[in-house]
Amino acid sequence: MNLFKDIEHLIRLAVVIVVLLLVFVVLRVAVVPHSFGEYGHYRGDAIQEVAARPISFAGHAVCEDCHTDVVDQKKLGKHVVVSCEACHGAQARHVEDPGSVKPAKLDTAILCARCHEANSAKPKGFPQVATADHSAGLACDTCHQPHRPKIETAAKNEAGGRK
Amino acid sequence: MQIPVEGFMYPNEVELQWSVLIVLYPFITGLVAGAFILASLERVFRVQAVKPTYRLALLTALSFLLVAPLPLQLHLGHPERSLEMYLTPHRSSAMAMFGFVYLWYLMAVLLLEIWLDYRHDIVARSQSEKGWKRLVYRLLTFGSSNVSERALRIDERLGYFITLVGIPSAFLLHGYVGFIFGSVKANPWWSSPLMPIVFVFSAMVSGIAAVMLLYMLSTRLRGQQIDIRCVDKIAQYLLYTFVIDFSLEMLDLIQRIYEADESFRSLDFMVHTRLWKSQVIIQILLGTVTPIALLGLTQVVKLTETARKRIYGLAGCLTVIGIFAMRWNVVIGGQLFSKSFLGYTTYKMAFATREGLLIAIGLMILPFGILWVLVKLLPPWPDSGSLPASGAPAHGTS
Ligand code: HEC
Ligand code: HEC
Ligand code: HEC
Ligand code: HEC
Repeated sequence: MNLFKDIEHLIRLAVVIVVLLLVFVVLRVAVVPHSFGEYGHYRGDAIQEVAARPISFAGHAVCEDCHTDVVDQKKLGKHVVVSCEACHGAQARHVEDPGSVKPAKLDTAILCARCHEANSAKPKGFPQVATADHSAGLACDTCHQPHRPKIETAAKNEAGGRK
Repeated sequence: MQIPVEGFMYPNEVELQWSVLIVLYPFITGLVAGAFILASLERVFRVQAVKPTYRLALLTALSFLLVAPLPLQLHLGHPERSLEMYLTPHRSSAMAMFGFVYLWYLMAVLLLEIWLDYRHDIVARSQSEKGWKRLVYRLLTFGSSNVSERALRIDERLGYFITLVGIPSAFLLHGYVGFIFGSVKANPWWSSPLMPIVFVFSAMVSGIAAVMLLYMLSTRLRGQQIDIRCVDKIAQYLLYTFVIDFSLEMLDLIQRIYEADESFRSLDFMVHTRLWKSQVIIQILLGTVTPIALLGLTQVVKLTETARKRIYGLAGCLTVIGIFAMRWNVVIGGQLFSKSFLGYTTYKMAFATREGLLIAIGLMILPFGILWVLVKLLPPWPDSGSLPASGAPAHGTS
């Protein structure tokens, strides 16, 4: 018996493996995007694609041009550090055409809790309340002025304000 | 739903990122590596006594290996993207490299070794079976039905060589899982160069125990006699590896206690509170000390066969539970404390979610389903049915 017959099954196996490897190589060429690795370990075209996307945030400075009253209010309170669009959402389209694109009304019960819901993981100094106890079910802006949230003593009322 | 937090946690630490599924991943890979190493010991060191478990161990390794990546993929939001690590691997990503370690072990070691070992049976069945089964076996022969003595001898040689390559590969497979945890330098609970070594030995412990249990159970189910010489030997191996494993873990512990670095107080507190049950009671007392004592007992006291079998069964179950607890304590424990060392969070296992208990149970049952199919397809026992008694030359005679 010649050796070839006795290792025939191994040769067949080797052929199967080689075919699988070839399939892998072909698949790789077909599937991996051409611009992959152009600049780094990612698809190079992604940069142009991202750059071509419409801008959705206008930035704080732009709002200031028209809404001076709000800006002046905001400067007086601690929300001076919070950007307009952090609450109102991306407003680039509103800036382009303020007449027809109006920012949506905000639901303060959700909005304010997003940052102020009490959580032991937050730094102690950050103002936070357990909203369920604190607001007695009322919307936050019934008592707080969103742009200048601090409540001066006169407005304090027994229904709210518990921490 | 609020997660109970004690002390101070950074916001991104409150909720655990790695769930019970990531506990299953090292547990299952450990069983694979352990089962394979047991089979290899038999083959390389020619231990005749544990021969009856050789094929069973290989099939067990395969069925668990097929399930091993699933917990990881279920953890991903886009599981299909995990395959991209084969197309555009990033060399600095430990997980991407694990994909290749896994593939190497599956394709180049396990499947090849099983195929070579079973080729004689496959060829025989491709001639004796009918219908679709015949087709399956025909496919598995790759169209060559040569089972001449010389061909089988060549297979045997090659298989031996693959086993030799396979042992370091199995160490690599599970050592790598340990490395993935051990190399997280930001986490003092994980970051330890001993991690890969501890993982390898605990893998061997769990794999050996699992194969022993499976062998005893399957023999029982088939209404056959358990080969007591075989289980005696396996239990002995289990004891030895367990002692090494335990010593390593204690070494790690003593080192940590003496070193008492800045993380120590926090970790120590965690072990005494949140991890007390799973680490001290289940892992160490129930899952390590008890089985070692039980197995040690069988070595020094002369016991009847039945008593020994019962003890092995009990010790095996405790061992597997103990190793599972060890994986749990590594994965979950490593996420319960804050990097500030000032607080602790809680792991709440979900039930019927993508990473919940239900899926975890399903994933633990799945390998047994696969094993059942494999055993039907490639019976690991020599005397099954109409097969012309498996004539593969006995290992150790070449
Ligand atoms: C070109 C001037 C201009 C700029 C820039 C501008 N707005 Fe306005 N905005 C207006 C005008 C005009 C109205 C009133 C529209 C009306 O009542 O019909 C308005 C209304 C609003 C309202 C109230 C809508 C309502 O329900 O009454 C919000 C909120 C608002 N703008 C937010 C923003 C934010 C945030 C920015 C910065 C990203 C911004 N605006 C930039 C002109 C501007
Ligand atoms: C802390 C969140 C928050 C920030 C920051 C914020 N707003 Fe508002 N703003 C509100 C809420 C809440 C309302 C009342 C509900 C509504 O009209 O949608 C409001 C209302 C308004 C209105 C409607 C008229 C008014 O004066 O009440 C305008 C205009 C406005 N905001 C512009 C701005 C601009 C410009 C900025 C940035 C300088 C800004 N907001 C920053 C939360 C915020
Ligand atoms: C994007 C996050 C964010 C949102 C949304 C937000 N806040 Fe604030 N808030 C802050 C920050 C930041 C501060 C300042 C904290 C500091 O200086 O310590 C603050 C401060 C405050 C204070 C304390 C003011 C003081 O002078 O002591 C109150 C009250 C308050 N916010 C109420 C609200 C209310 C009501 C809303 C909803 C209309 C709201 N916040 C929405 C971030 C937010
Ligand atoms: C019924 C009126 C009322 C409503 C509604 C209300 N608050 Fe207040 N809130 C107060 C008063 C009064 C204070 C001042 C308490 C103090 O300084 O002792 C206060 C204080 C706060 C503070 C500052 C706490 C601190 O530690 O300095 C935050 C933050 C706050 N409120 C958030 C909210 C949020 C979020 C909502 C909506 C879910 C809300 N409030 C609704 C009355 C109200």
